[in-house]
Amino acid sequence: MTISAAGETRPTNSGIDTEATIPWDDVLAAYDPVLGLEVHVELGTNTKMFCGCATEFGAEPNTQVCPVCLGLPGALPVVNEVGVESAIRIGLALNCEIAQWCRFARKNYFYPDMPKNFQTSQYDEPIAFGGWLDVEIPAESGEGTETFRVEIERAHMEEDTGKSLHVGGSTGRIHGATHSLVDYNRAGIPLIEIVTKPIVGAGERAPEVAKAYVATLRDLLKALDVSDVKMEQGSMRCDVNLSLMPKGSDTFGTRTETKNVNSLRSVERAVRYEMCRHGSVLSQGGSVLQETRHWHEDTGMTTAGRPKSDADDYRYFPEPDLVPVAPSRETVEALRATLPEPPAQRRKRLQSDWGFSDLEMRDVLNAGLVELIESTVAAGATPAGARKWWSGEIARRANADGADVVSYAGERGIEPAHVVELEGLVTSGRLNDSMARQVWEGVLDGEGAPTAVADARGLELVQDDGALEAAVDAVIARNEDIAQKVRDGKVQAAGALIGQVMKEMKGQADAGKAREIILARLGQS
Amino acid sequence: MAELTRDDVAHLADLARIDLSDAELDRMVGELGVILESVAVVQQSPIADVEPMSHPMPIVNVTRPDEVRPGLTAEQALAAAPAVEQQRFSVPRILDED
Repeated sequence: MTISAAGETRPTNSGIDTEATIPWDDVLAAYDPVLGLEVHVELGTNTKMFCGCATEFGAEPNTQVCPVCLGLPGALPVVNEVGVESAIRIGLALNCEIAQWCRFARKNYFYPDMPKNFQTSQYDEPIAFGGWLDVEIPAESGEGTETFRVEIERAHMEEDTGKSLHVGGSTGRIHGATHSLVDYNRAGIPLIEIVTKPIVGAGERAPEVAKAYVATLRDLLKALDVSDVKMEQGSMRCDVNLSLMPKGSDTFGTRTETKNVNSLRSVERAVRYEMCRHGSVLSQGGSVLQETRHWHEDTGMTTAGRPKSDADDYRYFPEPDLVPVAPSRETVEALRATLPEPPAQRRKRLQSDWGFSDLEMRDVLNAGLVELIESTVAAGATPAGARKWWSGEIARRANADGADVVSYAGERGIEPAHVVELEGLVTSGRLNDSMARQVWEGVLDGEGAPTAVADARGLELVQDDGALEAAVDAVIARNEDIAQKVRDGKVQAAGALIGQVMKEMKGQADAGKAREIILARLGQS
Repeated sequence: MAELTRDDVAHLADLARIDLSDAELDRMVGELGVILESVAVVQQSPIADVEPMSHPMPIVNVTRPDEVRPGLTAEQALAAAPAVEQQRFSVPRILDED
């Protein structure tokens, strides 16, 4: 971060409105986008990257600090073992090579968010480099998905900065502030910066490729259990680089870097917006300024930040207080063995194991039920049963409470074993579906496990066929007109009779069995 | 190499936000002068065949376990700050940049 001198002159685009946009179709007709994505992810380690300070979110200001992260004279940093391991695992999961030997470097800049006047980062020797990540985007045919490969340039280790509060301005922003207040709790928290190679060839799908990349990366990091990847809390942050080149050209245009695009939807919108803005500048005959841009979630627009040149001089040099990181190949292979199944592959495997349709699987994913269903099936339930109850009765109650299923179930102690037990009660013929729903009601209200609730509420299908047959006969006698329709072949009319039989039996009968008996009595079986 | 002057040291102290008394300034001119002379001697070392190094010891992979260690209290951390507000370091206005 260098600070531009006040009044610095920028290249002029005289007579050209560099903040205008042109319609999307006009951009696509004339230009191809080139994307580059930089994602910073805060690791979920207990301590900071170079000192033993805690990393808890939301602590009182300046209570998680020490001489190392405050940059006090004489303090010596030491690398966090788990930070390095996490970086290597991330690199491996992104199909990167892992450096045999690499160093940290000082990135020097003068800004009070780092008390040392430099950020410890990596420069030309990243821990991981040369990888790729496949992302799924909706297929152009409109059916199913297709794979787009994003090449990864590098992933390197660095540290987060402190948090500044700007005082005296009207909106808490730097502009107009009289002074700033800094909290260094966040300074030194391990960050991994993941940088893509330029993404070309995405064309009109550039916005969705960008979004899919960030979403896929987020799922991957979550599966690796290296970060809580909460974009809204800033533990995962995205900068979007974008440029346009005239169709048919393979020379990259001038890029802008839009900072802090911190939701998946914003990533997509920011790419689209900058494409339309670059398109406008270029089609007016102007030149795009190389600069950072600020994304505004509320207006869906970007505004100019500071000019940025490739010559920004951070005076990088190898960090003399830290020794090189040289992971042995054995260490790397041992870490590779800890990698989870890639999320996309896992989803496909589970969908096929479970026999769910695309739609069913999508609903299960959106509701965040994959893990619950997986453990419920492992506990002995059928996949269909697990899906039915978690996304049915339990989800319905959770939604009514404004909660997500996982935390709702967690708070009430609902476990996979409960679903298995209830499914057993249904398949053994003790309960029908409507009784099962009543049992859930009891379980969710804290009345106990399914069997105990069914016992306490006296829920049990009448197993005595005699009573059921008597009820069927009584209902047929009262509804001769409907019965005749069924005899005449209108089998669906039997539904009305079944309903009355169930009522007669006070719900304590197996509706399937009632239907069988009715159809037999009326000569339709 | 030009001789280190008292003005040079005063300028450096100012940049580093260190208040030095007149007596300390005089002493530092001498001490820093010795350091610069020593470095000048080191610079004459025959290093044409030596690879540049970023650390004096040929060691790698020095790490610590990911265990929390007590740091400073907020009072200790802020003790040397010229200005404090809301338990935070108060710093002069930052130029509008990022």
